[in-house]
Amino acid sequence: MKRDSLVTLLASRHFQAVVAAIVFVVLAVLVYAGQQELMAKGIVSGFDFLWRSTGWDIGFSLIPYSISDPYWKVLLIGLMNTLFLGFAGLALATLVGVLVGVARTSHNPVLNAIGTIYVETFRNVPLILQAFFWYAVYTHLPPPRKAVAFGDMVFLSARGIYLPGFNISNGAIAICALFLVVGIVAALWLIASRRLSGWAEARRLPLAGLALVVAGVAIFLVGEAGRIAGQPVVSMPELRGLNIRGGLRLTSEFAALLTAMSLYGGAYLGEIIRAGFLSIPKGQIEAAKALGFRPWHIFTLVRLPLAIRAILPTLTNQYVWLIKATTLGIAVGFSDFFLVISTSINQSGQTVELLLILMGGFLLINYTISTVMNAINRSIAIRGQGTRK
Amino acid sequence: MADTMLHTSDVSMGPPRQGALEKFRADYFGRPSDVILTLGGTALLVYIGWHLFQWAILDAAFSADVGAKACEAKAGACWSVIAARWRLMFFGLYPYEEHWRSGLACAIAIGVGILSCVPYFWTARRLTVTWVLGFAAFVVLMRGGVFGLSEVTEEQWGGLSLTIFIFAAVALIGMPLSILLALMRRSSTPFVSVPVGLLIDTVRSLPLITILFTVAVVVPILVPSWLQGEKLYRVIAGMALFFAAYQAEIIRSGIQSLSSGQDEAGRTLGLTYWQRMIYIVLPQAFRRALPPTINQMVITFKETSLIIIVGLFEFLASGNAAYGSGEWAFAYVEVYVFIAFVYFVFVFSLSRYGAYLERRMRIAQH
Repeated sequence: MKRDSLVTLLASRHFQAVVAAIVFVVLAVLVYAGQQELMAKGIVSGFDFLWRSTGWDIGFSLIPYSISDPYWKVLLIGLMNTLFLGFAGLALATLVGVLVGVARTSHNPVLNAIGTIYVETFRNVPLILQAFFWYAVYTHLPPPRKAVAFGDMVFLSARGIYLPGFNISNGAIAICALFLVVGIVAALWLIASRRLSGWAEARRLPLAGLALVVAGVAIFLVGEAGRIAGQPVVSMPELRGLNIRGGLRLTSEFAALLTAMSLYGGAYLGEIIRAGFLSIPKGQIEAAKALGFRPWHIFTLVRLPLAIRAILPTLTNQYVWLIKATTLGIAVGFSDFFLVISTSINQSGQTVELLLILMGGFLLINYTISTVMNAINRSIAIRGQGTRK
Repeated sequence: MADTMLHTSDVSMGPPRQGALEKFRADYFGRPSDVILTLGGTALLVYIGWHLFQWAILDAAFSADVGAKACEAKAGACWSVIAARWRLMFFGLYPYEEHWRSGLACAIAIGVGILSCVPYFWTARRLTVTWVLGFAAFVVLMRGGVFGLSEVTEEQWGGLSLTIFIFAAVALIGMPLSILLALMRRSSTPFVSVPVGLLIDTVRSLPLITILFTVAVVVPILVPSWLQGEKLYRVIAGMALFFAAYQAEIIRSGIQSLSSGQDEAGRTLGLTYWQRMIYIVLPQAFRRALPPTINQMVITFKETSLIIIVGLFEFLASGNAAYGSGEWAFAYVEVYVFIAFVYFVFVFSLSRYGAYLERRMRIAQH
């Protein structure tokens, strides 16, 4: 009965209170020791440092930046870079994933084999190794003078990858992108939302079209307003002297991370999409066939809607994971949120504060993604089947 | 009227048997679109396959005797860099004469890994004994200082053996920790369950790199030096915590998938909490959680490569060093392909094993 008395002891309130007290004391000692350690190094705690100027430069920024700018601006730039890389990576990975998923669920054995080879190759090699590999490949490209050119529009060189861009300020482009997303979401909502299920399709479709047109006009107006004066709208990269001017330049660091994330993420997303399609009960498809649906209609009206509902919850996890993977920026030197934080810790010594900001930033990003995805998930859930978590 | 009689022999006739050739035709060339896909896909595969074969085998240099200069001039792959630098990649800065110890330690670790895939070892006691013994043998061989082996400190460890050491240590610490965390999160007293839940959710919402960075770089700033410990062990502790946070949720979902009758039956029999957990709940929960557990192991093995960020000389870092210095700098593709291949062998076999288990369990359920 010795064991029993031990269990009763472990379960008793007094014992738990003692444990809690010990944990609290240990934490307090650690905090105190940490403060002493920081004081010995001459670091004042608090968030005042955010308004001090940094004095160091940053490798990649979407907004103008100089070394006299304060810390909060550098952290903001880092967060923007993470979001920029993250969403570009998510979009490309989703594109790759859809292609792979379609190949993997195809009835054609050759297409299926190509999908399998792709997935097994990219999924079984660590992401950081792929990032290193692409970074080495991109930095070993020829210099700008001998850049690999694709029809005078795309240039691959050791200084980065050059694509046709717009002569429009970054802020205006960001607003345009926002309008684009809002327009597409509004159109999809008008078509698919259940709240409008009383409306006839003949009324919904023109409305959705109208939403897209309004978004298009808004994008045009903002783009026109944000144009850099005296330049054509589209800026083409071209070789001038020893360097390539104009166009949109993706640095080797950004391009390496983007490539690695989309190829690796695409393999995982492809598997998720495949699993979603495989989870559809056979009876649903057989019923559609029995009703005389054409293959295309079976896909768009039966398989796709059911698969999307099965895919979404897993997709959320994978998206969150991919956003977190942008922290690999530190491996190749891309100024993502985490690299900026770690440089700030080295330079300012405000360790605890910066770690809190880091945690807060990631909690915010993860929370936003899962809230949005869960809202989508709820809004498309089939009545009576309940929301799958 | 006899003509219109329906003979049973007519009705019982099945659909016409499909010959192998007809099945092949239906699968590969059934529809017009299939013809295009099959021919185009095959052409693509053959094209890529042939070029890879040409690059990796036909035009490649294999021997370490081929110098860097001669190797660079070749059209194909230069595997000579592997032949010349494989010791650096596998053993890091480990003393040259003692490399056999590092190699043997890796072989033991892989052996333990294979043994734990055999169902005979699937009891808590056998698994624990195998892993602890294997791990002890690994450390004794690597570290030395006893049995007449010369001492090699952790700073000199590197390459694949360091990667395997870190993975094994993380699994060995993380697994019991995860069970503890899972049980604490399910505790009925909020004193325990709330802080543990908060800890698990915070760790899970952070990227592993930030945790590694915190333990490797930030702890020395914050913690007095007598409390810091070796960087390698701090990194292992951080990774183990990260692993345990994910694994705890896997185990918890395994526990929650059990019917509550199991635990209640144990209570009725008068079993104590630990008896119910050890003999009734955990064995069943682990069985259900086996496929995601193996998946988590696969992910953790891949993530050991992230410790290159905090400056430990693991497999990927020693690979970078293998081509980084001077003469072999051009051979980065070959080095990365080789590292990728080694990771692939480990990860692919483990995930295939996981898929096999999942199939086996699905059959057992029916």
